[in-house]
Amino acid sequence: MSHPRLTNAYLEPLDGVLMSDEIKPGLKSPFRRKLLQGMVALPAISLLPRGAFADVPATSAVNTTGLAVTDTEVTVGILHSVTGTMAISETGSVEAEKLAIEQINAEGGVLGRKIKFVQEDGASDWPTFAEKAKKLLVNDKCAAVMGCWTSASRKAVLPVFEQYNGMLYYPTFYEGLEQSKNVIYTGQEATQQIIAGLDWVNKTKGAKTFYLLGSDYIWPRTSNKIARKHIENHLQGCKVAGEEYFPLGSTQFNSVINKIKLTKPDVIYAIIVGGSNVAFYKQLKAAGIDLSKQTLLTISVTEDEIDGIGGENIAGAYACMKYFQSLDNPNNKTFVPAFKKMWGEKTVIGDVTQAAYLGPWLWKLTAEKAQSFDIDKIAAASPGVEFKGAPEGYVRIHENHHLWSKTRVGRAKADGQYELIYETADLVEPDPFPKGYQ
Amino acid sequence: MITNSRFFNRSELVGLISLVLLLVVILPLTLDIFRLNLVAKYLTYAFVAIGLVLCWGYGGILSLGQGVFFGLGGYAMAMFLKLEASSAANTKIQSTPGIPDFMDWNQLTQLPFFWKPFHSLPFTFLAIVLAPAFFSFIIGAAMFKRRVGGVYFAIITQAIAAILTILIVGQQGYTGGINGITDLRTLLDWDIRTDHAKYVLYFVEVAFLFGAVVVAQFIRLTKLGRILVAMREQEDRVRFSGYSVANFKIFAFCAAAVFAAIGGAMFTLNVGFMSPSFVGIVPSIEMVIYTAVGGRLSIFGAVYGTLLVNFAKTSLSETFPQLWLFGLGALFIAVVLAFPSGLAGIWADNIQPRIDRLFASRGEKSGNGLIADGAPAE
Repeated sequence: MSHPRLTNAYLEPLDGVLMSDEIKPGLKSPFRRKLLQGMVALPAISLLPRGAFADVPATSAVNTTGLAVTDTEVTVGILHSVTGTMAISETGSVEAEKLAIEQINAEGGVLGRKIKFVQEDGASDWPTFAEKAKKLLVNDKCAAVMGCWTSASRKAVLPVFEQYNGMLYYPTFYEGLEQSKNVIYTGQEATQQIIAGLDWVNKTKGAKTFYLLGSDYIWPRTSNKIARKHIENHLQGCKVAGEEYFPLGSTQFNSVINKIKLTKPDVIYAIIVGGSNVAFYKQLKAAGIDLSKQTLLTISVTEDEIDGIGGENIAGAYACMKYFQSLDNPNNKTFVPAFKKMWGEKTVIGDVTQAAYLGPWLWKLTAEKAQSFDIDKIAAASPGVEFKGAPEGYVRIHENHHLWSKTRVGRAKADGQYELIYETADLVEPDPFPKGYQ
Repeated sequence: MITNSRFFNRSELVGLISLVLLLVVILPLTLDIFRLNLVAKYLTYAFVAIGLVLCWGYGGILSLGQGVFFGLGGYAMAMFLKLEASSAANTKIQSTPGIPDFMDWNQLTQLPFFWKPFHSLPFTFLAIVLAPAFFSFIIGAAMFKRRVGGVYFAIITQAIAAILTILIVGQQGYTGGINGITDLRTLLDWDIRTDHAKYVLYFVEVAFLFGAVVVAQFIRLTKLGRILVAMREQEDRVRFSGYSVANFKIFAFCAAAVFAAIGGAMFTLNVGFMSPSFVGIVPSIEMVIYTAVGGRLSIFGAVYGTLLVNFAKTSLSETFPQLWLFGLGALFIAVVLAFPSGLAGIWADNIQPRIDRLFASRGEKSGNGLIADGAPAE
């Protein structure tokens, strides 16, 4: 947490708003420390609106657009699939969001109001997502919605959020090529997940040839497109040995495994999703490809997926994420036990689950910075909001509504956890429309 | 043979008038626009259900692939709307402006040839009706001419639904893949996302729905409808009487397909996108369930059944996000066990006789209303 806080506070009066607003009982010590640092920013306080000093600002002041905000409560929505094929992936996100909401309420809520949530089931069905999103915005008048997982569900709800002016906190790493006033993307967009990982494998493993694999839909295709451009244009003397796609749910990988054995690429770059992973890694192992010798880099297997694949089948593979459950930092050391206490010892926490946990917190911090729940003000205040309590470390919202965050490489162990091997020194800038990678 | 001289007899007239009252007066007055738009979405499935009444209830042809035709109609409409939304000005951020966004993401640099005619609205309307008619004709001809029927036909339609889904998902550069075609905005520069547009679209849809009801009723009452029923009960006897059974079956199947496609097109307009999740096996079977719940011999029952199941789906899932599928399953089991002929059966057994007695006690004796009509072989 050695962010150059002091200089920032002088340069940006808005940051002062964020800090002074944290002068409240019941805040945890990191905030107090920050507060002391923030005292240097006292000159900025003269710029504050008066309401910022009141303990509980009036409802009429913080809610001018008819959202579900009372003097004591504010309603948010949770919109994930808890039934259907995606339930297994999205359950972690729901759990993380509920944990964050509970913790925020224990600290006194947002702008003096407890968070109440309305949960809806997207049922792994994109039109249902759109219907429920509309219900959350139009009927329940949610001040924010934490939700969606697949790109398809986000694409289905995006027009709804833009039309009815809602605020969506979307947790999944995704393909980029999107930016909306009405969405905060708390996961990585493609370049944040891909480029640093390829650089790392090129530098430390001397990798020159890459075999790209993916499930056949927009995210793996776009990601591999970015990977290919980076390999061919930015890495010296590197080339793509092959690129193949498999239908969602496919379980037959023997022919491509044979091709991999023939071409002997330095790196297998795998973006296979969901249940297909189980078949893929088991067949790799059965074909005698030893992941302790053959480098495999994936961006689609989190601790959640390893649960299904089995640690012994994937041990030795590298994954490029921004969060691993095993991260060794003070935030994560309080987050993991809190999560397990609420949802059981056996639960594992993957990258997306952590990103989902950020949603309610970022929204709270933004609302307190904006001193309002109004969607337009939240959208405008979001850039620059920073969350120092993130389990992944420090994150900040970029002008393009994505997060600045670090890229990390972990190595899978037989017990189903990742061991951190490498992390970027600085936060990586989100770039949803990367030039030269289109 | 048929004593029914009127197009709708008295009990059907009661049914028609109450449906008109419900859809045109009661629902628009009592529901807010969000719920009314949901009703509009439900009613798009009612088109499919009416088609299934003809094809399955009367013709005895169980199709588990109606999603295919729903999808064809929906995609045709979506292609037109997507092209309109993808004007060069709206898509200038792309590497190739002027083509739909998902094509750009998939490195397509020009519009595929089969998309080009969808710049024209009249062509789109024609395609909504003719494409499914043509496609169902081919399937029907291939199956029924070879006397494939019953459960084999059901399985084949199901396979076709699966194939089409895989095709759409796999060819994402041309179809939008699993995301479908999203972010549709205007129809001939008229914004279809506003509340006002939702009202207009709702009433347009209801008008089309009554059109479909009338056409279905017409088919049912002609000699053609009688032959369908005869075929369902004793196919060989009809064949021996000199009728070409296959042609009648093809007709019923095509009619159901066209109804489904119109429903699909209305779906795209009302909901604002189309995706392969309406084409596959699961939605196709759901559509059969709507018909079964409503009563597969009743055109009005199909509409009520669709509304009931979808209302249940929405309200159960809103109230019990984790458990609603069980509730819905229980509802289906209850309906099938307790009321095998669906809502229409409940009406005919319990409510209709009372109404008839009421009319009879008033001394109004019109012989033909009391005679069971529709399908003599029931």
